[in-house]
Amino acid sequence: MSDSADNIVVFDHVQKSYDGENLVVKDLNLQVARGEFLTMLGPSGSGKTTVLMMLAGFETPTHGQILLEGTPINNVPPHKRGIGMVFQNYALFPHMTVGENLAFPLEVRGMNKADAEAKVKRALEMVRLPEFGNRRPAQLSGGQQQRVAVARALVFEPELVLMDEPLGALDKNLREEMQYEIKHIHESLGVSMVYVTHDQSEALTMSNRIAVFEDGVIQQLAAPDDLYERPDNAFVAGFIGENNRLFGKVIGEDGASCQVELEGGGGVVNAKKVNNGGVGSRTTLSLRPERVTINPTEGQSANSCKARVEELIYLGDHIRTRVTVSGNEDFIIKVPNAHGHPVLQKGTEVKVGWETEDCRALDAPAG
Amino acid sequence: MANVADTMPDPMTGEDGIPLKTKLRIAERRNRIKAALLVLPLFAFILVTFLVPIGQMLYRSVENNIIADNLPRTIELLSEWDGNNLPPEPVFETMVAELKIARETKEIGKIGKRLNYEMSGMLSLFKKSGRKVRKLETGPYKEALIKIDKDWGDPEVWATIKQVSDRITGSYYLAAVDLKRSPQGEIVAQPDYKQIYVSLFIKTLWISLLVTMTCILLGFPVSFLLSNLPMRTSNLLMILVLLPFWTSLLVRTTSWIALLQSEGMINDLLVTIGFIGDDERLKMMFNQTGTIIAMTHILLPFMILPLYSVMKTISPSYVRAARSLGANPFTAFWRIYFPQTLPGIGAGSILVFILSIGYYITPALVGGQDGQLISNLIAYHMQSSLNWGLAAALGSILLAGVLVLYMIYNKIVGIDNMKLG
Repeated sequence: MSDSADNIVVFDHVQKSYDGENLVVKDLNLQVARGEFLTMLGPSGSGKTTVLMMLAGFETPTHGQILLEGTPINNVPPHKRGIGMVFQNYALFPHMTVGENLAFPLEVRGMNKADAEAKVKRALEMVRLPEFGNRRPAQLSGGQQQRVAVARALVFEPELVLMDEPLGALDKNLREEMQYEIKHIHESLGVSMVYVTHDQSEALTMSNRIAVFEDGVIQQLAAPDDLYERPDNAFVAGFIGENNRLFGKVIGEDGASCQVELEGGGGVVNAKKVNNGGVGSRTTLSLRPERVTINPTEGQSANSCKARVEELIYLGDHIRTRVTVSGNEDFIIKVPNAHGHPVLQKGTEVKVGWETEDCRALDAPAG
Repeated sequence: MANVADTMPDPMTGEDGIPLKTKLRIAERRNRIKAALLVLPLFAFILVTFLVPIGQMLYRSVENNIIADNLPRTIELLSEWDGNNLPPEPVFETMVAELKIARETKEIGKIGKRLNYEMSGMLSLFKKSGRKVRKLETGPYKEALIKIDKDWGDPEVWATIKQVSDRITGSYYLAAVDLKRSPQGEIVAQPDYKQIYVSLFIKTLWISLLVTMTCILLGFPVSFLLSNLPMRTSNLLMILVLLPFWTSLLVRTTSWIALLQSEGMINDLLVTIGFIGDDERLKMMFNQTGTIIAMTHILLPFMILPLYSVMKTISPSYVRAARSLGANPFTAFWRIYFPQTLPGIGAGSILVFILSIGYYITPALVGGQDGQLISNLIAYHMQSSLNWGLAAALGSILLAGVLVLYMIYNKIVGIDNMKLG
């Protein structure tokens, strides 16, 4: 990634404003490596779709430059960019058959009929719909339409394919199936993909790297496991996966860890220094529910805290336990349904413990 | 399960012993009656004001009782006549007798008028003879009648009477397409000076087509703009489109007169800026141009509304998808956007076209001599010439034409694809 020639797309200080007052995208710097599957993840209104539309050519940056294969494309119209795109509602042309839909990008490129037909056939085989060339899009199921849309974006062999929440309209099972299918297509073709979604599990399943967007800024750009296990800030920690938050004040630091006095009277705990301010500042402690132990044995965990059991939800493989820790009533612990797991009663007092490594001191809550 | 079996011994029978199927049927019938009662007032209204008049019109276009009612014995005798020479004396005798009766019942004018449609001069012949046969008491009637008017000596007069004696006639329809039946019973063209209807039908279709085309050309961009604007702006502009609907048709048409006539605003302006000389003022009113301009203006909303409602539903992502797939803006529009607007164009066109071919007020006011349409002539026959049979035949042909167009449209586009809102 250090060599710029490996990057198919470069965003260089890109800004976008629709009204001249508010920036939807603020100073975006992002490189997409060749062959990479990069996901832009974020809540709606975070600017991720705007970034995609600027890349596709349907919006122009107010400031900064976008480079495709090293060439600035700010003034290149969409049809000359050669970027494949899958739209949210597929945008399959309703008045054309599936075959005509797929042939369209080849036709406008002036490809002769026989070659185009062969390519369409291959594309349909790739998405496992070889018999559907003569159907109309309306005669297909949602999943089939989705596959056709993917095939159409790939049939003219672009180097880069953009996908704008393509699985949003599918039901859960189909969505998971399609996630794997798109992932496999990406792996087998080696194209670069930029994928936009607000669904974190989708992002974690498919991506090489994920850029988490919030408020027009990339909050963190990292591989899925990094993003989940080592979030940089409170927003990412809260947005990706389930997360327990405790607020407190930093009262001391030593090396990689710091001491935090919890608000709500939970006492002092150790946390890993990540993104917190200096001594005396407020901080958000982030703890994953599966990294918290109930009633740890002496010396098992570096930190422990009193807690009261509020609610027990049986989920088969684990018991979702809601406890109050230091005034936070929504502290969730996943207790695995394993041999000898602690049997808890609602309303009882227990101890919860965790490793300093798993408790990350992040930026202070807003306000 | 045991409980259910106790209360319902037979699953197909309700608790009161009536079979479930019967109960369902009763309930469904009640719903149907309720639905029927709700539409009954409108149905009755349509029946009385729409279907019955159409039926009457169709009947009147073939109805031909006047001769058969008033000259029954004459035409009975005429049926045995070979039509070569003059009919024999008994025919003249009964004719005189029946003319006397017709004179008493004041039907003689109607008889003359009906016969006059087939052969000019018949009305005056009957009126004159009606006055004079009073004094005829004894025969021979043949000579007496011919003495009253020598036309009675013309076998064609008798052949015409014989020909229109049927109670059902197609002669109005023949007249409506510039044909007639010769006294020998062959279908022949009307004399040149009477051939007006076919060319008028063609002109009506042609003007309607022109109006429809201009409505498409003018309405398409407007609808496109409206459908792409934000809701608030487009609603505001939509009011402007609808504004003509809230103004009287008469006011709108007469405003065009004020604008377009040779002493009107546009001509005055052109003369003032020196674009044309005072003696070469454009003739834009009281001719076809005026009819087309005014009708296009009046019918434009009927094109814009369905087009707009169709365009509103076309997601911008289609054009974007086409662009991202490599289509330039024109290809994306022509291959992807335009075909999806066809249901709207179809709906708008059929509306405008059908309204155009029956348009009356506007051509009557601004059409002058050469901008008149078929409906103006129908009105003329209804109100002035009082040839209701011909008016009905012309109207029926128009109605049939609209139905045929509707069927063609249904065949090509499919009426389900038509979107009006």
